[in-house]
Amino acid sequence: MTRQNQKLILDVVSYTLLILGGVLMVGPFLWMVSTSFKLPGDQFTKTLIPPTFTLENFRELFSVDLNFPLLFWNSTYISILITVGQLLTCAMAAFCFAVVKFKGRDLLFTALLLTLLIPPQVTLIPNFIIFKYLHLIGTSVPLWLPAFWGGAFGTFLLRQYFLTIPRDLVDAARVDGASLVQIFWKIYFPLGRPALAALAIFTFQGAWNDLLHPLVYMPSVPNTMLTVGLAFFQQQMAHGGKFTVLMSGALISILPLLLVFFFAQKQFIEGIALSGVKR
Amino acid sequence: MEYGLKPLGREKFWLWALLTPTLIGLLFGALGSVVATVLLSFAKWDLLTPPTWAGIANYIDLFKDQKVLLSLTNTIKFTAMYVPGVVVISLLIAVLMNRKVRGVGLFRTAYFLPAVTSAVATALVWHMIYGRDTGILNFILERLGMQPVCWLCTENAMYAVVIVNIWGAIGEGMIIFLAGLTAIPREYHEAAAIDGANRFDQFFRITVPLITPSIFFQTLISTINAFQAYDYIYMLTRRPGGDSSIPVVVFSIYRNAWNFFNYGGASAQAIELTVIVALLMAFYFWLERRYVVYE
Repeated sequence: MTRQNQKLILDVVSYTLLILGGVLMVGPFLWMVSTSFKLPGDQFTKTLIPPTFTLENFRELFSVDLNFPLLFWNSTYISILITVGQLLTCAMAAFCFAVVKFKGRDLLFTALLLTLLIPPQVTLIPNFIIFKYLHLIGTSVPLWLPAFWGGAFGTFLLRQYFLTIPRDLVDAARVDGASLVQIFWKIYFPLGRPALAALAIFTFQGAWNDLLHPLVYMPSVPNTMLTVGLAFFQQQMAHGGKFTVLMSGALISILPLLLVFFFAQKQFIEGIALSGVKR
Repeated sequence: MEYGLKPLGREKFWLWALLTPTLIGLLFGALGSVVATVLLSFAKWDLLTPPTWAGIANYIDLFKDQKVLLSLTNTIKFTAMYVPGVVVISLLIAVLMNRKVRGVGLFRTAYFLPAVTSAVATALVWHMIYGRDTGILNFILERLGMQPVCWLCTENAMYAVVIVNIWGAIGEGMIIFLAGLTAIPREYHEAAAIDGANRFDQFFRITVPLITPSIFFQTLISTINAFQAYDYIYMLTRRPGGDSSIPVVVFSIYRNAWNFFNYGGASAQAIELTVIVALLMAFYFWLERRYVVYE
């Protein structure tokens, strides 16, 4: 077999596998879109193009009794608060660990990294008990408040990036009489934008898609997040319901992240590579 | 790291001010939680009546209670299928994409889509796809002349759920491997080709050893994710009473605490989970020192 032939065969195999895999990856999304535009009577038809095209499902979703807009609003402001909290507090700590020299720095940083080993369930039970005694279960406070006391993943990610920012900038700023806080706020925070953007996307995505925490802290509809709301609607489907409406809800719930993804694909992908390759 | 900015005078105060949130998180969020969960694991408490000391009763239950044991076996089975599945498939896709194929951007977007979107939303579609009488998967099987399968019944649910979880995780794995693959200098393969090495040899003798750091990282992350897997299992296997047809440890913890108000038992399970994951990580890092090649 010549090299040319070998390459041709490999090309055919590669494209076939990639296209087939691609269809499997995207297929469920196409099915979601298709079903959400079908009439409830057509919900189990096996065609990708709806026999009759309708917007009725979306209208029903936003009718009063489902309270879908409230779910959407809750998911939005809670995810934004969590993202803001993480960006601020992780950047503050990352700056100290990357730039400032102080006693106990390496010990503290190691301790922080060790917390990565603690599964969320371990913190969930005591946190729940505390928030229950504070009568905060059913409110959004237990979901976003812990985001304001930093986090190992975000601090690590930002520290790695801050380490790559040239030290000369710090020295120059020092000569000009800049204080510690000014160096953080005027140099590192703006220059750290690529890493901050990546962390923002990850944090927002994690918060928006989270099921376990809202299930524990805001367990009942309607005042909860989209994930819990959708799970609740699904449960109601058991008693006969419209999958078409459910699919339109699922579609709207993933839309914000899809938009972020299409506009910030580079940050998304570079962020993952940043967290994975650099050690 | 010899170099470091020295805080001057009052700046010491600002340094610790910047670190305050993290210190609170470390003290209360991490250390406090671990201590509290350990204490709780020796207690019996439903949060309605005062807690009582339970000794090691909760830990005995870990080995005696059939449901608790079942959740552990389910988690292990899940991990044993999920981790190799994610690593092998995402590596394969990354290798195919790294061959300078046309439309890489399009493929990358397609494969990454499930990793971006919420498991809850996509699980709703998978639930429809897996439907016994109305699902498209059985429709296709019947068209091909095969018997329909009850995908989400107890005997098949594990496989069905593992497939969906792998589907959701390939995107991230692929990115990790692509980053590792593009870092390999092309000259290595060219030199090997001149020496007469075929593509098969090149892959196993050059590519694989050079991306062992990525393989290590992805295996580590996938293992942690496997022990945390919850969303798809909750959405796809939940029964009307609230139980799952394949309860895993995380599912069992939730149910024990928030359905049965057995916070002590759930805490013991959380500690069990922590210990198992920590031991596995220690094992991985031991493997890393022996087999992972860093240039």
